[in-house]
Amino acid sequence: MKHIKKIALITTLLTGSLVITACNEAPPAKAGIPPKLYTDSLFAVMNADRANYTKLIIQRLGPNGAGAIKPDEHWKEIGNGALLPAQMFRAGSEAVAEVTDEFTYSLQSLWPINKQNAPKTPLEEEGLQYTVDNPGENFYGEEKLGDVTYFTAVYPDVAVSPACTTCHNDHKDSPRTDFDIGDVMGGVVIRVPL
Amino acid sequence: MLVTLSIAGYYGYILFKADNKQALLIGETSHGHFQIELACSSCHTEAFGGPELIQEACVGCHGAELTEANDTHPKKKFTDPRNADRLSVVDARYCVSCHTEHRKEITAPMGVTLPEDYCFHCHTDVGGDRESHRDLAFDSCASAGCHNYHDNRALFEDFLVHNHAGPWLKEIARLTNPNGAAILASKRVPEQQPTFPEQKAAHPDIHQEWSGSSHADAGVDCGGCHSDVSSGEWLENPGIAQCQTCHIHEAESYKSGKHGMRLAQSLPAIRPADSKMPFKETALSLQQGCNSCHSAHRTDTLFAASEACLTCHNDDHSRGVDSSPHGQLLTQAIAGAIPVEQAVSCATCHMPRAENIIDQETVVQVNHNQNHNLRPNEKMIRPVCMQCHSLGFSIDALADPALIRNNFNGKPANHIPSIDWSLKRVAD
Repeated sequence: MKHIKKIALITTLLTGSLVITACNEAPPAKAGIPPKLYTDSLFAVMNADRANYTKLIIQRLGPNGAGAIKPDEHWKEIGNGALLPAQMFRAGSEAVAEVTDEFTYSLQSLWPINKQNAPKTPLEEEGLQYTVDNPGENFYGEEKLGDVTYFTAVYPDVAVSPACTTCHNDHKDSPRTDFDIGDVMGGVVIRVPL
Repeated sequence: MLVTLSIAGYYGYILFKADNKQALLIGETSHGHFQIELACSSCHTEAFGGPELIQEACVGCHGAELTEANDTHPKKKFTDPRNADRLSVVDARYCVSCHTEHRKEITAPMGVTLPEDYCFHCHTDVGGDRESHRDLAFDSCASAGCHNYHDNRALFEDFLVHNHAGPWLKEIARLTNPNGAAILASKRVPEQQPTFPEQKAAHPDIHQEWSGSSHADAGVDCGGCHSDVSSGEWLENPGIAQCQTCHIHEAESYKSGKHGMRLAQSLPAIRPADSKMPFKETALSLQQGCNSCHSAHRTDTLFAASEACLTCHNDDHSRGVDSSPHGQLLTQAIAGAIPVEQAVSCATCHMPRAENIIDQETVVQVNHNQNHNLRPNEKMIRPVCMQCHSLGFSIDALADPALIRNNFNGKPANHIPSIDWSLKRVAD
C-alpha cells in the first residue's frame, strides 16, 4: 500500500512538473505573412488605385467626360495636362521608392513603348510570358539579384478599355500594333527582399 | 618623429583653427565651384560624412533646378534592384560619380569627370534601335542639339516634332516686359521708413537723381535702403541684405548664380581679378554687388541689361555685341527708335524673364542667375531663343561655337539633323 501511494505521489509530481514546465514554455512564435499574401495585398491596392484614377478622374474629367483635363504622355508640356494611368502608376512606384526599399514594383511588358520597361531579369521575362500564356493566372517566383534573394510576383495587366489598345497600337514606338480588348498587354512586377 | 608631429600640427591647425584653408585643397576646383573653394563646408558639411552628405550638399544647391528641368536620369531611376546591373557601370545615384570635384585634370565641360563615351555603357542597343545613329561616334551622344544627360526639355522627340515648323525669325518677335516691381511694390514697400532729413539736405544732387527713379515712384525714401534692417540706424553703403528686403526673387536668384554665389556662402563678393575669364583692366578690382549693374539712385534697367555687363566682361562674345544683329536692335532701343520689347540685350538671354506665381497672381520677373540657362546651352532654347526664332534655327545656332563667339553675327554653319530624324521616325 505504502509503495503504491509513493509511486502514485511521484507519478503525480512528475506529471505535474511536466505539465507546469510545458505551460511555462513560451507560446509558439506567430507565423510571418506569407510573401504571396503580401504581394497579392499590395497588388490589390495598386490595382484599385489605378482603376479609380482611370474611372473617376480620367474618364470623368478627361476628353470623354467634362474635357477639363488632357491626359497625355507629355502632360507637363500642355495646359491642364494629366498623367496617363500608367504614368500615375509609375509615379506611385517612384514615390514609394523614395520612402522604403522593403518592396519595389514596376509596370513592365514584353512589348513596351519605352525600352526601359522591358523585362530585365530572366524571372521577369518568364513571369510576363507565363501571364500571357496562362490567362487569369499570376506568376510567383524567387530570384537572386546581387546578393539578395527576392520573392517576385507578376500580375497580368489586361486591356480593359479601348483607350489602352488604341493608344498603344497607334504609338510610333510600340513594338506591337495589334492589341485587342482582353489581351494581356504587360504585367505588374512586385519584388520583396527575403 | 619631430617632423611628423610638426606636419600633423600644421595641418591640424589649418583644419580646425585657420580661416583660410587654402593649403588643404587637394586639387584645382572646377569652373563651377572655384569661387567657393575656400568654403569647404559648403560641400563637406561634416567630417567623415560619406557620399550621402555630399549628395545632400549637391541637391541643396542644384536640386530645384534639376527637378524643374524634368531630369532625365534622376536618382529614383536607379534605386530599383532590377537596375542594379546599371550601377556597376556608373553609380548614377550620386552626383559625384560623374562630377568629381578637385580633379581638374580630368574635368570635361559641365564638370563631368567620366570618359566621353559613358552613355554607351548602359545604352548598348542604340545602334540597333535607331538606324540614324548606327554610324555615329561613341562619344557624340551629348553633342549640341542631340541629347543631354539631365535636361532634355528642348530636345525630346515629341517636342522636336511638334515644333519643327516655322520661319527662322518670327514676324512678330517681342518679349514680355518684367512687371514684378510694379505689381509687388504695394505689398512690399514698408509703410514706415526711418527718415534722415539732415542727409537729404546734405546731398541735393543725389536727391534730385532719386526723385526721377522707380524707387521714388514706389515710395521708397532714403531710409528705405540706407537703414540697418534691425536697428534702423543710418547705413552709408547698403548691401544686398537691404535690397533683399523687397527684391526677394532677384536677390535669391542672384546669389544662385556666378555673380553672387560667394555671398550665399558668406564669403566676400567676387571680383573680376579672382576669375580666369577675360575682363577689362579697369574693372579688375571691382567687387560684385547689386550696384555693379544697377545705379543706386537712378533707374535704368536697359543700362543694367547691357552696358553694365560690358563694364567688366571683355571676351569675344561680349565685344561682338555692337556689330551683331542682336546688338543693333539694342542700339536702336537705347536710342528710343524701337520699343524695348523688340530689343535683345545681354540680359534677354542671360537673365531671362520668368513667370512666377506670387499670391495667385502671375508676375514676370527677371531671373538674376546668369548661369541658369548657360550650360548646356540648349537650356536657352525654350525660354529665350524660341520667343523670336524657330526651334530648328535655334538648335543650329547654338551648335556653332564660332557663331556664339562672335555673338551671332551671321548664319549657323551646320545643320543639326535632330528634327529631321525625328520627323522621319514619325513618317515611317
